[in-house]
Amino acid sequence: MELAYYQAKFEALEEIMAADERVHLINGTFLSLSPHRHVYQNLKSKYGERMISPPISELGFCGLATGAAMAGLRPIVDLSTGSFIYEAWPQVANEAANAYSMSGGQTRVPVVFHLFHGLRGGGAAQHSGSPQAMLWNCPGLEIAIPSSPRDVKGLLKTAVSTDNPTIFVDHTRLLDTRGEVPENDKPIPFGVADVKRQGSDVTLIATSYTVQLALQAAAKLARENIDVEVIDPRTLVPFDLAAILSSIEKTHRVVIADETHQSCGVAAEIAARIAETGFDKLKTRIRRVSTLDVPVPYSPPLEAHIGPSESRIIDAVRAAVA
Amino acid sequence: MLPNLPRENLLDLLRRMFVIRHFEENLVALHDKGVFGGHYHLYVGQEGTGVPAISCLRSDDYLFTTHRNHGHLLARGVEPKRLFAEILGRADGLNKGKGGSFHSVAPSLGFLHSSGVVAGIIPLSTGTAYAAKAQKNGRVTVCLFGDGSLEEGAAPEALNLASLYKLPVLFLCENNGKYGAGRAAAAAQSSTMAAYPLTDLPKAYKVPAQQIDGIDAGLVHSTTAEAVEKIRRGEGPQFVEAQTVRYPGSETNWPTVPQPTDTSLAWDVSGVPEKAREWYRSCDPLLIYIREMVEGNQAGKDQVAAMERQVKTEIAAAVEFAVNSPYPKPESAERDFFA
Repeated sequence: MELAYYQAKFEALEEIMAADERVHLINGTFLSLSPHRHVYQNLKSKYGERMISPPISELGFCGLATGAAMAGLRPIVDLSTGSFIYEAWPQVANEAANAYSMSGGQTRVPVVFHLFHGLRGGGAAQHSGSPQAMLWNCPGLEIAIPSSPRDVKGLLKTAVSTDNPTIFVDHTRLLDTRGEVPENDKPIPFGVADVKRQGSDVTLIATSYTVQLALQAAAKLARENIDVEVIDPRTLVPFDLAAILSSIEKTHRVVIADETHQSCGVAAEIAARIAETGFDKLKTRIRRVSTLDVPVPYSPPLEAHIGPSESRIIDAVRAAVA
Repeated sequence: MLPNLPRENLLDLLRRMFVIRHFEENLVALHDKGVFGGHYHLYVGQEGTGVPAISCLRSDDYLFTTHRNHGHLLARGVEPKRLFAEILGRADGLNKGKGGSFHSVAPSLGFLHSSGVVAGIIPLSTGTAYAAKAQKNGRVTVCLFGDGSLEEGAAPEALNLASLYKLPVLFLCENNGKYGAGRAAAAAQSSTMAAYPLTDLPKAYKVPAQQIDGIDAGLVHSTTAEAVEKIRRGEGPQFVEAQTVRYPGSETNWPTVPQPTDTSLAWDVSGVPEKAREWYRSCDPLLIYIREMVEGNQAGKDQVAAMERQVKTEIAAAVEFAVNSPYPKPESAERDFFA
């Protein structure tokens, strides 16, 4: 059945709440400020006793959720704007991420931190953050990053069911994307990349909203007889390097498009892994299309200039096959 | 005063205080001999708070503690040998050597997580309390932290949440800076808070708060028992500030033992180095408790001395166990960070 992304995400939340009474929702902007946010009220009428709207207290309520997870609940915390996770950093990066290891594998922390990352149009520097690269640098956290209706549903279910703290990285620009979501679809296991478009000339790795940009770019490049394979890792931790290497085996060329800042970003880490393990398969250097290393500016043309646009992706792919 | 408890329980509390004291005095010796290298913090001087307070809990209650956790874990019944082994970084440690002094835990006793970030546990404690309330299991969470923890923003955020949702949590703030030592010698407290007394902070969030003498085991016991009962009745969070006098061995950057403890000190401190003598004479909760036990005819001097000897023997065996425990295999560093 074809669904909008927001519908698939909402279905997932509904099915998760119905299936497991250990799941509590802490804060509730899972559909951001989109026009569809009212559907969240349906959940509230059914499961209100398992939902709280806490004060503007990210550090406090991320700690509350983490502690509740230690005691056997499976809370999903909504941080809303991704940059707000910086307010909760000590609880996410220093408590939740470390608890299982520090306790010698005794204390499990099955909490989900949900956030909307990235360039959203006018978010400026403090509401456009993509903290997933920093979080990838905190061992102990799983990171899921969907790009399609089917993936958001399947990955959210897995995020809730794993026994580890999971960062669920969403993007408001995906909410109206449409796509096929099979009924009774199974949860999508972590660590399994998805080939979003098959191709033979270039491996284009993309995450989150840039997957949509990558698919648009690939469609245009096809008219130039450049056959692009688009691969979406879907989770950064665990990371499916094998799927990428097997694609490179075929294409020998790589472009990575991702919205984190370039330095120490998601594309940087993926590029390093490919260079370390697949260098001999490459016929040309790895190219990155990331957000430029500047604080995100407000004005529309400035914001558009720094992000990984369709045209920047096209340029990078053309360069890779030149 | 002594807690209002049967003699058997009073002796049990005394025994636990001895265990903490001799555990930590031995720990300092191990560190000074170079047996372990990381930083660590002593609970000595606060036994009169932790031991009676923790005795008020149910076996399934939750506890959170900080870097100063040895006393809390031992008061609850953690095996000294496993705690020694953890601090020494050995395979038989409570956390298999992954946590160390700062992060020792004992989930089977309700200690799920010990944070070395001083206020880190305060929001976490609202979480277990939130879960207990949702699961309607009557469990209380006790969050044990020092006065300095209140300086971090996590503390007021957590007090607000606990109060808003009437969560079953006891915030037990152990202020070991009653007469000022360490960070702010000559000041009234070792923390640097504009909110003074410290209870002004929880009160601003409508969390009932009281300040008590943390050296007085009887007062700690009655106050904690009453607070826990209110919490279990569903009255929401409570805050207790228990004031103790900082152990002179904790005034330095690295812990020291100014005077090895012995029951005889309860009546004669003339042999104690002069700088530390006043603390042993009037501020040491263990020696005060011993005097009260003997003067209140709850135990004979010989009986107390015999108990102390037995604890010392047990601690020596625990040290032996830990020192002989192997280090974990280096490759184990790469495992067990995901469930």
